[in-house]
Amino acid sequence: MTDSSDESAPATEHPHIDRRGYWKANRLLILVLLSIWAFVSVGCSILFVEQLNEFKIGNLPLGFWFAQQGSIYVFVVLIFVYAFAMDKIDRKYGVEE
Amino acid sequence: MTFPLFANSAVTYWTYTLVTVTFMVYLYIGWRNRVKETQGFYVAGRGVPAIANGAATAADWMSAASFISMAGLISFLGYDGSIYLMGWTGGYVLLALLLAPYLRKFGQYTVPDFVGARYYSETARIVAAICAIFVSLTYVAGQMRGVGIVFSRFLEVDIWIGVIIGMVIVAFFAVLGGMKGITWTQVAQYFVLIVAFLIPAIAIAKQLTGDPVPQTAMTSSDICERLSNLQVDLGFKEYTEPFANKTKLDVLCITIALMAGTAGLPHVIVRFYTVPDVRSARYSAGWALLFIAILYTTAPALAIFARYNLLDQLHSARIDHIEVVVKEGDQPPQSTAYEISGVDDAVRQAAYDQVAATAKLPETFEDSDGRTIRRSVEVYYHLTREDADGKLVSIDWTTSWQKTGLINFDDSDGDGTISLVNQGGNFAEATIDQDTIVISTPEVAGLPPFIIALVATGALAAALSTAAGLLLVISSSIAHDLYVHFFDPDASEAKRVMLGRLMIVAAIFVAGFFGINPPGFVGQVVAFAFGLAAASFFPVILLGIFDKRTNREGAVSGMVVGLLFTGIYIAGCRFDKLFAFFGATEPLFGPWCFGISPEGIGTIGCLLNFAVTLTVSRLTPPPPDEVQEFVEQVRVPVASEAKDYSI
Repeated sequence: MTDSSDESAPATEHPHIDRRGYWKANRLLILVLLSIWAFVSVGCSILFVEQLNEFKIGNLPLGFWFAQQGSIYVFVVLIFVYAFAMDKIDRKYGVEE
Repeated sequence: MTFPLFANSAVTYWTYTLVTVTFMVYLYIGWRNRVKETQGFYVAGRGVPAIANGAATAADWMSAASFISMAGLISFLGYDGSIYLMGWTGGYVLLALLLAPYLRKFGQYTVPDFVGARYYSETARIVAAICAIFVSLTYVAGQMRGVGIVFSRFLEVDIWIGVIIGMVIVAFFAVLGGMKGITWTQVAQYFVLIVAFLIPAIAIAKQLTGDPVPQTAMTSSDICERLSNLQVDLGFKEYTEPFANKTKLDVLCITIALMAGTAGLPHVIVRFYTVPDVRSARYSAGWALLFIAILYTTAPALAIFARYNLLDQLHSARIDHIEVVVKEGDQPPQSTAYEISGVDDAVRQAAYDQVAATAKLPETFEDSDGRTIRRSVEVYYHLTREDADGKLVSIDWTTSWQKTGLINFDDSDGDGTISLVNQGGNFAEATIDQDTIVISTPEVAGLPPFIIALVATGALAAALSTAAGLLLVISSSIAHDLYVHFFDPDASEAKRVMLGRLMIVAAIFVAGFFGINPPGFVGQVVAFAFGLAAASFFPVILLGIFDKRTNREGAVSGMVVGLLFTGIYIAGCRFDKLFAFFGATEPLFGPWCFGISPEGIGTIGCLLNFAVTLTVSRLTPPPPDEVQEFVEQVRVPVASEAKDYSI
């Protein structure tokens, strides 16, 4: 059972690609973005919600806003930031398709 | 259950028109996208643009439950409802960063394909295929039920007729077009469902706050404060008060279980096989979450508006009169009205006694000829309240909703008004089903019949699109992962597509059967689907990509431990509900694990899986060299030598 008939595959490996460097850069980016993800969802919205509720955004308690609005906005931004940043990293390491 | 509300001819007319038009569109798209090859059938020929795949993923993801029940659920839970909002969106970040791009690079067709290749094990592939079938089948039964309910409520046909109409429509575009037909139909369905959800929300936001954007209306107007004050007056906690219904630990665990479960659900993952390349898989996840976020950030606003409206309109509403309708056999129904709020206490008490006595009449009786006659008694409260000018206006929408049985009143203190004060966590004199929140919004806001019909059409789009995606996973798991792989690896292209189509038809019949005869546990399976996905697929795929040292022994033992722990915990805590059919009446045990509820136990199962997999992998021989090379390949987007990863 073969696949990849759709991939315009050159028949060579890519020995010049710095796979380790690429993977390291990718992991670092993921680590940074997932820390923000956890900070907003687990931190601001659940663990520290009572403290943040002392503050207000508009007329809503801040912690409540993070839990029902803010965290979702941040999630969307994080994914697009990842996609943009990976475009750059892909180009830098010459692994873009 | 009839729906006399929609005996309103304009609404019925509009509903039939809109449903017919949208169904024609779905059928046309299905016909245009019919396919002949396996690639087209299972992964839409990998030619779906990122943004279209995003819309399709969003429609696939947002089910009838997201559309109809979620806002209502949040409205009753307040802050604690955030578990669903964050849980069902945050998972996409995990998916986009940790799974989707690499699975797309891997190629192939299904999740079990990946598990089987990465863990060089046919057993792992079978376990994954069976998990995928189980999770998807339980999920799809609920969708078919949703289709049936919408049909029966809005078009006044029996639930089973509704389910069959839904089965035929899904069968048409799924069988003809496979993933390609499903994908493009889902794109259309996304637009139908999001418009149907937004229009009433915008209208009610404008009405209550003057700001038509629900998200900013909720944040910057004083509506939430007004709601909180109202809640406190009635003896409830403030709407925004955290952990009113669930403990902090439980909120945390449920949120994480839903996130990890979302990222591990096969029908979501498989969508990322349909895009042209790795880069599109990343963007596609972003588009998907953006499209989902439009509904998920509107829902909590709608929850606040709807709850405010409900409390504001109904608390201390006057009971103008009570209508008692008695229907005996073939006789025309007899309706009696008892005046309530305009009379003195003794007369009112007599009226209530009379109503109670009538309501208690036996359901059957024998007439003078000795024939058994069926009798039905229905009691409707007709409410009025003072408007801003002190004039009495009637609250008509409550009457029509009482006829559906989703709203009930009971003036238990006999003072002639409705009280919504807190009584053991419920309203003292009203029972309001949470599903009414979204569907009743257009009426409460006094919107035209066209909009009410649009909501019905949107709910159908939500249910059908999710059902189609799930059916494809079931079909591919049986036809591709189990049958072709094990029994007929040399099957021709034509035969494979044929098998896929046959399996979709079979899955539709099974789903339809459960839709018409729902097992009592449909409501409980959501906890199962997410818990099991979080405790099995998510860790196995994640470690398969990020930890080269994870081997077959580790993955299999991790999955087994995660699945057993989570499955047994949920089954034990929900024993009474899951096995009511077999006469079970009590749970086997309570939530003994730090009081974490069954919905949240997937988090612990997931952690256990990680721990076991990592430990066992390091105590056993590393994976063979070709598997390590396979992992290296999956990590880098650039297309390289075409390899046959299957074993």
